[in-house]
Amino acid sequence: MEDHYPLGVLMQFIPNAPLKKSMLDSLGDHDIDDLFSDIPEKIKITHLKLPEGLSQLQTEERLKILAQKNKSFCELPSFLGGGVKPHYIPAAVKAVVSRSEFYTAYTPYQPETSQGFLQAIFEYQSMIAELTGMDVSNASLYDGATALGEAALMCTRIKRRKTFVIPANISWEKKCVLKNYTKGAGITLKELPYDRKTGKIDVRAYQKALDLDTAGVYLENPNFFGIFEDEGEEVATLCKKNQSLFVVGVDPLSLGIAKNPGEYGADIVIGEGKSLGNPLDFGGSTLGIFACMNEFVRQIPGRLIGLTKDAEGKRAFCMTLQTREQHIRREKATSNICTNEGLCMLAAATYLAWLGSEGFRDLSELNFQRGQDLEKMITKVPGYQLKFNGTHFNEFVIQCDDAKKTYTSLLQGGIHGGLLLGSEYPDLKNCMLFGVTELHREEHMHDLVQLLREVA
Amino acid sequence: MYRSAVYDEPLLKELEDHHEKEHSSSLQSLPKALQRSTALPLPNLDETQVMRHFFHLSQMNYGIESGIYPLGSCTMKYNPKICEEISRWEPFSLLHPSQDASTIQGTLQIMYELEAMLCEISGMDHFTLQPAAGAQGEFTGLLLARAFHETQKDFTRDEVILPDTSHGTNPASAAMAGYKVIEIPSTEDGTVNLESLEKGLSEKTACFMLTNPNTLGIFESDIVEIARLVHKAGALLYYDGANMNAIMGKARPGDMGFDIVHLNLHKTFSTPHGGGGPGSGPVGVKQRLERFLPVPRVVKRGPTYYLEYDYPDSIGKIKAGYGNFSSLLKAYVYILLMGSNGLKETSEIAVLNANYMKKKLVDSGSYTLPGRALRKHEFVLSCEDLLTKRGIRASDVAKRLLDYGLHPPTVYFPHLVKEALMIEPTESESKKTLDLYIETLLKIAQEDPAVVKNAPYNLVVRRVDEVGAVKNPIFTWKDLPKKTEPS
Repeated sequence: MEDHYPLGVLMQFIPNAPLKKSMLDSLGDHDIDDLFSDIPEKIKITHLKLPEGLSQLQTEERLKILAQKNKSFCELPSFLGGGVKPHYIPAAVKAVVSRSEFYTAYTPYQPETSQGFLQAIFEYQSMIAELTGMDVSNASLYDGATALGEAALMCTRIKRRKTFVIPANISWEKKCVLKNYTKGAGITLKELPYDRKTGKIDVRAYQKALDLDTAGVYLENPNFFGIFEDEGEEVATLCKKNQSLFVVGVDPLSLGIAKNPGEYGADIVIGEGKSLGNPLDFGGSTLGIFACMNEFVRQIPGRLIGLTKDAEGKRAFCMTLQTREQHIRREKATSNICTNEGLCMLAAATYLAWLGSEGFRDLSELNFQRGQDLEKMITKVPGYQLKFNGTHFNEFVIQCDDAKKTYTSLLQGGIHGGLLLGSEYPDLKNCMLFGVTELHREEHMHDLVQLLREVA
Repeated sequence: MYRSAVYDEPLLKELEDHHEKEHSSSLQSLPKALQRSTALPLPNLDETQVMRHFFHLSQMNYGIESGIYPLGSCTMKYNPKICEEISRWEPFSLLHPSQDASTIQGTLQIMYELEAMLCEISGMDHFTLQPAAGAQGEFTGLLLARAFHETQKDFTRDEVILPDTSHGTNPASAAMAGYKVIEIPSTEDGTVNLESLEKGLSEKTACFMLTNPNTLGIFESDIVEIARLVHKAGALLYYDGANMNAIMGKARPGDMGFDIVHLNLHKTFSTPHGGGGPGSGPVGVKQRLERFLPVPRVVKRGPTYYLEYDYPDSIGKIKAGYGNFSSLLKAYVYILLMGSNGLKETSEIAVLNANYMKKKLVDSGSYTLPGRALRKHEFVLSCEDLLTKRGIRASDVAKRLLDYGLHPPTVYFPHLVKEALMIEPTESESKKTLDLYIETLLKIAQEDPAVVKNAPYNLVVRRVDEVGAVKNPIFTWKDLPKKTEPS
């Protein structure tokens, strides 16, 4: 009877389970444990202390109960900022990433049977290069924070210097990831204060900070407080004079209307690309954007797709400059990254193609406009002031008397307020970082303001 | 069998048939200095064009539903549809990472329970779900090792030892974490050479990294002794979990003596590879390393779950957010579906399938199997005989398999085996499919070498010129007009 091992639903995923005995026979073995005889007895276990498997129906029912313990944007409109915000995802994008030819594929190591994905990556690289004003984009890194870490490492590899300069107006999370990425290489991080009035960088601080050990300099635009930095050209000039590399972090959506970093002299552009067609996913489904100028391409981390020909001269695509990568170069690779964020990258490519230049600019404008509108609505309420006077995109910092109280009251009223900044930024006590996008309806904004009025 | 569609699919940019209209900005408040001065150069297409384009591309791409995908060390198993569907439910997919804990209890419970499940499966005490992939798990693990040693005022340990059969990410991660990499040669059998290990270990060793079963599919039977030697030297033992699909419910790295473990949820736990991500590489540790784990940790107080940041010895963060949540959710659903028996059955059949294929292929005489006979979930054949006798290389066999609608195995890895074909069928394939794959490999070995060496013929392109791609690099469509001659 062993040929009909009663596994029920499992058979759907393990087709040979009923053939165990006959297949063992053909191997000349009697028992499945003969195949595990190389495991020493003293470390063998007989079973895992986990519950028995559930049917698909039972599994769905269990997950429905768990789902009910969450309040998503649909039930709880949220104005949380901090770089991650909900955006509308066109059904076309969802349809493309739902094609199993894409989402179940492995990394395209065999180019002849992966031409579809390879071409899509090439198109993603092309569109990211266009957006950022760079020559080359890689095929993605894990997220914006690790992209910053990789950028710092790349700068020190190219310049053979050991200091990387960052402004204080970037997120705590990013600084923390950067610290971990740069520790092994012995890189010193120099953090520069921002202008307390505008929320922007202080160019004089940059001027003072750069020295012969400065490998790279970072600027984020818009920065963590949502504010556009308008002195990129000045920083670029300083970098050039000092022979340091200039790294700019972007919210790609802002590039529909804002100057691209290539226009003001960046050498490397990084960013979090999640907003390009990927779900909030509780902060997952991230997309690390990494682009640079041609002269640095041999030091770029991660995968790179090139356009080439096949044996008969037909256009074809493949992974290229692989001697930079870990599977060839091992400890001398430009990065340890292997699996990246392939599907999130495909979503971004589809999203950009679906919007086109007109749609993308309109969406960018709408997000900017929403940011201005909401800021004006909130600051009209007595007790809520705009913290910084620099021009902002779709996020901004609001100060009030008791941010925690406001946050709690809003939550009780069915609205999720802005991100509390006090714990990570002691000088921004009672400040909240608000974010708004095309997904927030007018009524959400009015409800928010109404509640703020009641709290104040 | 799978047949690729053949389209001469233009680039998105080449599909465009109208140019953008003049656009007058209604924006007053974005200062001129901040505004884009050039037109945004994205293609303007309608939805039909976009969908046909990506549909065509998808039809020229092999996925797990196209057929068997036996890439060694990659565990390309079938991905149950239910996992995908649940991961797209809005109560999970539409949550902001900074939402108040009271509004995300379901998600936190899933993370908390998944950590416990992974602890049980691997025999570890605590897990972090933050790493975005296996390589990031390795990097995290090595940062933990450094924190551990430094806390003990041990600052001399700057070396990581690993066998020459290890995955390329191992040495790359060690280097990124600031360690010197010491590679030790394996025995002829392909396992850890205890003598070399003992010689390599010293007061400078931070960590020994090992995959078990190793990349040849061989279980390191000396593992208990290996652990004893590593610990005696004051070093830590790291488990690369890429091959965990071989031993679930049979043995656990925690019981073998490993201190740090990463698991690849996109391999063993079937969250798909996504064409190369998003992945997930959770890291498990023994109790003595818990305090160094990344923050936040998911904790439970009474009936309520929280994200806790208050761990002063933590290494901090290695990624934005808390990991690729949709992958975590899919793995959680997968483990619920399989349960204790199902996971054990998974490993048993994965190993049975591999040994079944191995025996038939080796018995045929066309391919050889360097090293010991008993394998776990994968095995590495050599095409050296084929090369000497008929001039056929491993890469030729791989390309010829494509003509028959089958995905090739991993080739030329591990480097220890000449002309390597690394085959991992997984538990997802039926005996019929395994037989077909075996027959096809044997058939190729008998084919006219000239035919095999020029394969493939039946796909959208013939053999791709990878050397040309390096010599004449074209990374974006901006590079096109100036660098390619008109066809």
